[in-house]
Order: sequence, then C-alpha cells, then structure tokens
Amino acid sequence: MSFVEYSDLIQDGDVAIVYLGHESMMPVKVQQGAQTQTRYGVIRHSSDLIGQRYGSKVTCSKGGWVYVLHPTPELWTVTLPHRTQILYTTDIATITMMLELKPGSVVCESGTGSGSLSHAILRSIAPSGHLHTVEFHQQRAEKAAEEFKEHHVDRLVTVRNQDVCKDGFGVTGVADAVFLDIPSPWEAVGHAKAAMKRQGGRVSSFSPCIEQVQRTCEALADQGFEEISTLEVLLRVHDVRTVYLPMPDFGPDPSSQTRPDAAEIKPPTSVALKTTTLPRETQGHTGYLTFATKPRT
Amino acid sequence: MADNVEDDSLDRIKGGDYVVLKRGDIFKAVQIQPKKKVIFEKQWFFLDNSVGQLHGSTFEIASGGILQPQKPKDTESSTDAKEAGTDNRNIVDDGKSQKLTRDDIENLKEQGLKDQEIIQQLVENSSTFSGKTKYAQAKYINKKKKKYENTVTILKPSCRILAMMYHGREPGKICHLRYDMLAQMLTLANIHAGSKVLVFETCAGLVLGSVMERMGGYGSVIQMYPGGGPVRAGVESFGFPAHFHDMLHEFPICHVNALLAGTLDTTAKDPDAVSNQSDMAAEEEQNPPKAEQTSSPEEIKTEEIKMETNSGADDGYDPAKEEREKRIEAKAQEKKVKQEEKRKKLASAAALLEGRNADGLVIASRFHPCPVLMGLIKFLSPSRPFVVYSQYKEPLIECYTKLKELGGTVNLRLADTWLRHYQVLPNRTHPLLLMSGGGGYLLSGTTVAVDRSNRAGSQRAEEPAPKRLKVEDTDG
Repeated sequence: MSFVEYSDLIQDGDVAIVYLGHESMMPVKVQQGAQTQTRYGVIRHSSDLIGQRYGSKVTCSKGGWVYVLHPTPELWTVTLPHRTQILYTTDIATITMMLELKPGSVVCESGTGSGSLSHAILRSIAPSGHLHTVEFHQQRAEKAAEEFKEHHVDRLVTVRNQDVCKDGFGVTGVADAVFLDIPSPWEAVGHAKAAMKRQGGRVSSFSPCIEQVQRTCEALADQGFEEISTLEVLLRVHDVRTVYLPMPDFGPDPSSQTRPDAAEIKPPTSVALKTTTLPRETQGHTGYLTFATKPRT
Repeated sequence: MADNVEDDSLDRIKGGDYVVLKRGDIFKAVQIQPKKKVIFEKQWFFLDNSVGQLHGSTFEIASGGILQPQKPKDTESSTDAKEAGTDNRNIVDDGKSQKLTRDDIENLKEQGLKDQEIIQQLVENSSTFSGKTKYAQAKYINKKKKKYENTVTILKPSCRILAMMYHGREPGKICHLRYDMLAQMLTLANIHAGSKVLVFETCAGLVLGSVMERMGGYGSVIQMYPGGGPVRAGVESFGFPAHFHDMLHEFPICHVNALLAGTLDTTAKDPDAVSNQSDMAAEEEQNPPKAEQTSSPEEIKTEEIKMETNSGADDGYDPAKEEREKRIEAKAQEKKVKQEEKRKKLASAAALLEGRNADGLVIASRFHPCPVLMGLIKFLSPSRPFVVYSQYKEPLIECYTKLKELGGTVNLRLADTWLRHYQVLPNRTHPLLLMSGGGGYLLSGTTVAVDRSNRAGSQRAEEPAPKRLKVEDTDG
C-alpha cells in the first residue's frame, strides 16, 4: 500500500480504511498480531486483514461486518486525526487543478497542519515531483513527517519546521506552485515568489476571512503577480430518497358513477417519488481561495 | 537547484505547438502554423512572430496582423486622473459628454494608435470624466481598455486553461461540465501516475486529456468510445509529448458485452470489417485459412475484385485496367495494414480490460449514465473509486438506486458544486457572479468485493422498504 500507488493485498504495516457504514470510517495501522475494536466487534489483523484483498468484506467477532478499503488521500481526509482545522476534498480538488499540479510538479506548502492537503498534493505530483512543506509548530511538523514515513511517501516530501513568514520555504527558484494556508498569507507572498521558478508558476492562498483576502490580493499585486482571482467553491450533497406524497381525497366522483364497478377501484392514497433532498444544514463557507500567476522574471 | 539558462529552450514557442490565446478572460486554443491567419476576438493576425518567444508572452497586434512582443508595461499613470468627484449629483446624461465622434475614434485607430493612447484621448475629451468618482473613473478606463485593447497573450495549454476555455466558449460540446466540477472528478477518482483508468466521455476529449495530464504519461488510460472511433480533438489541444500517447488505449463500447461474456475474439480479423463483408467472404473467413495466415477479409475482397476484372478482361490486354488493378491492390494493402493496426489496438485494450482490475472509472457523456456505469464498473478492482458526471440529476438518482440494489459499492454520494467568483479591490470587494447550477452533477463512490452469498438477498432490501411500511401503516 502507498498513498501514491495502488496494491491489491493488505500487508503488514499498511494503513487501511475500515468502512463501518455510511459516513463512518476509521483508519487502521495494520500490524501482525494487533486487534482493532469496532462497534461490530474485534478485527484481528493477522487473520482478518493481512493477505486479504483491499475492498473485501471482513466479518468481525460479533458477526457484524465491515469493508476494508485501500487508502486514498480523499479517504484519509475524512478519517485522519485532526491536529488543526483541515482542508476538505472540494477545496483540495479546486486547488489541485488551479495550481496545475501534475506528476513532476515541485510544490511549496505552508502550514502543513494535519497533512490533509499534503497527501493530495503528493498523490498528484508522484512519482517525480517534490513537496516542500513548512510548519512552524514543532510537534505538528514532527508528527507530519512521521505520518509521511508511515504512508511510504517520505521520499517525495521535505518537512521544515520554521516560520514561513520570517524564513520562507527553505528553497528558492524551484517551485511550480505554492500554497498558503496561514493566518497572515500576505506576509509570506514575498517568500512564495522567491521559492518559485524563474519561469513562473501558480500560487494559491486559502483564507476564511475577506479582510485576509484583501491584504493578500494587495500583496500579490505589489509583488507583480498576475491573473489574481478569488473564488469560493462549496459542495452540495444530495440525499437520494423515496418520498411518498399523499393524494387528496375529493370524495366520490359522480361522473364516474355510471360504471357500477367503478366504486371498487379506490384511487391511491399516496404516490411514491424518487427524489433528492438537500441536508437541512450544510457547510456554508470554508474559505476564500485566491489564485495568481507569477510571471516569468 | 536553481534552474539554468538552457531550460529556456523548453519554454519557447515552436512551430506546430498547441497554444492558448488569451485576452482578459477569453481563451482560444490554436496550433502554431506558418502563415496561418487566426481570428480571435474580432481581430485577425498571424502567429509566425511568436515562434521563438517564451510561453506566457504578451504580444501587440500591429497592422497587417503581425504580432510584436509587448514592451515592458509602462504603468498606467498616464490615464490616472488627478482630480475626481465625490458623487454623481451633477453628472447629467445628455449624450454629449464625449467630444470625439465615432469617426474620430476610427481615425485614431487607423493611425495605429495604441489602446492606451486611444483611451487617453477618450478621457481627455470626456467632459464628465473629471467629475466622476475615482472608482467610476477606474471602471470607465477598464471598460474602454477592454474595447480597444489589441494585445494577446500566448499560453502553454493546461487542464485549468482548457477547462475554462471550453466552459466559456463551447459548453454544449462538453455537456456543460464546469471546470470546478472537472476538478472534483479528477480528485474523487484519485487520478494519479501509474494507475489504469477507464474513461468514457463525450466532452470533446477534455476529460480524457485532463486525466492524461494528471497521469503524466505513467500508467494507462483506456478510452471507451461509442460509435466508429474515439473523439480526441480536446486531447490534441493539450499538446502532450509523444510518449503520452503510448499510455492511451481505446476500446469500442459495442464490444463490451462480448468482452464481459468472454466471446470477444481479438485474434480474428476486425469484427467491424467482418460484418461488412458479403456472406461468402464471411463464410470463407471462418474456414481455417489453409494458405498461411494472410487470407484477411481485405485480401478476399481484392481477390473478388480481381476475379471480376479478369472476367471482364476477356477481349484483350488493357494497360489502364492493369494500372487500376495495381492501385486497388495498393489501396487494399494499405487498408489491410490499418485494419491490422486497429486489431492490435483492440487486442491490447482488451488485454488490459480482461483482468477486470482497473484502478478508476471516469464517465462524462451525453449518454444515459446508468447503462454505461453498470457495464463499465465491472472492469474495476475492488476498493477503487469511480465518478459519473451528468448534466442532469435524475439519471444519477437512477444510478444511485441501481448501485444500492446491486451492492458492490460503498461511499455513494450524489453532489454538485457551487462556484462563486469575487472582485477584490480596495473598498470594492463583492461577489462577482453566481454560478449555481448549470455545472452538472456528480455521482461518486468506491467499489468493494461483491458478496455472492448475500447478493440475492440484498436485491430487494436496502433503502425504501422500512419507510414505505411506515407510511402504509399510518395510512391504513
């Protein structure tokens, strides 16, 4: 298993995603001899997981069952242990396309946070790209580096424990793309520019507040960035369901009384309808995404 | 670490390159060809002069449609007004504020004045300009700039640019797939280097090209295509290096059933050709070829033609006829080579599919998605993502219901995205335009191993049953 390469069988040391039910998943570090408790009973790694095929059904001790899924950045995003607020897949997808990430891209990111976006970047730039990620919180930086190793992607990423606003990304003139998810991105715009290739590239910043966006846009313009554009993407999930609409009863229809057997056919009391509903409450805002192009210098 | 100067060669525009022209938010994909007239935004020009320049360069369009690299921008201080009003209480629309007539402006244009100079003239001759607020002034200049601008930027194509271009220019050709939705598809399908991805699209090749870009030439993409051949116009526009095309395979969906049933014979002659043959030819074809393995349908055809011509050539030698015969033979030979190539392609795609171990499935077409999904999902390994795009929600509801019935998938989600652009300017920040709806819908999920013992039981079960009971209970 690796986050950048599919494999068919579960092996010792893998991270597997246990699917318990709708919207209910958990990551499991597969270890010989280990056990994992779920609400359907215990999963014994040696017999239930190792050597099994990803995607297979595993029967737990209480007779319940779960599916074991191959990890992907998207599944990791919804199951990872939070150390910070994280970016979710809708924003990540937009960032990936707008930063034009592809195999071979060199990317700078700050902060690393919980590594939700980092895993998605690594997936997109493997096997020949590289991610330079900067996290000023020492414990978070260490934890992230540890995770990258566990997930077999450490050769693709360098984690630096420093303040990006003061010390930059630790590299200059190498990046095709830079992503900023920090409280004061305008202070890092100069460093972002310095980290980027002479040929130019794309930069993106994620901020929840419009004041942050304004300062960032100003800084980007001052530094000579072009094509500055701010947007917001929200996901709307539609719940598929069958609804039953009751039919009104207007009483017997005299005009249909001509046929004697008509009375026996009762009109339906309700009609089934396959439709979707929007959840009663849904995410209304995550953050503004600002993109810009660094021209060639 | 730092890039060296010779890297430049890769960034320079070459003849034959596929590029994207840009002005403002308008894009157009073209190929650089010598002496080819290009029409873009009501202006025509030749791209010859762009060869050798760097991608991302901006050009001015001079008279005769000749492109000239734009000199480093002189800042727009010239049009920055010194005085400005505070409100519009004294500004009256009498239609006479502009002193220049239309003919005057045409004259200025003919004199070959730069857009900035024309705007300067317009500003100077506008009696109300100085009375406008500084925001209104900026808006006025921007509007005029858009109108008189005669520059064009030449960009290297990318999924981002092409997706935005198609959505802006020809949304009908790509089933109204909005670019943010395409972004979701690529991510939700976990498209990455080294995997084996099935793509079924009728989006002019945009989706296929985007998938290929994300795979960077590593792994394989099998394009499942309807009709006579795959559509790849959009793929061309990406301008991929030649080796990217080695990863691209194609398979006609009309053979999916045969492949699934194990009755597809890729060692035989092209099945399409066989169906077109006369009965006799088909019969002959089924007979084990005695004379080597050369008796392909085409050869039989040529033989037939030969026979015909021979029978007609009783009354003597005719050199013209012989010439014609030769031509026919050459043509048949060429066709044979092509068909052999096609057969090989079919065989290699079939071999990739046969293992039913694909890593991802992306569907975005004008066809009803349900049969497409049901047919193609069978080629996926367990624990692999799939995404189905549809311009309409209802067919995806059907897909969702069917998948729930059949089992074999988890994490099913029907969703769309909502995209909003912002204008961010000092004291003038607000949403730009709303793009709700029109971007289409997406059904995504993950395959899992099909549980045979439970399969029959789950046909009926799953979703609606308990609710219906409840409703009926309360009713009666």
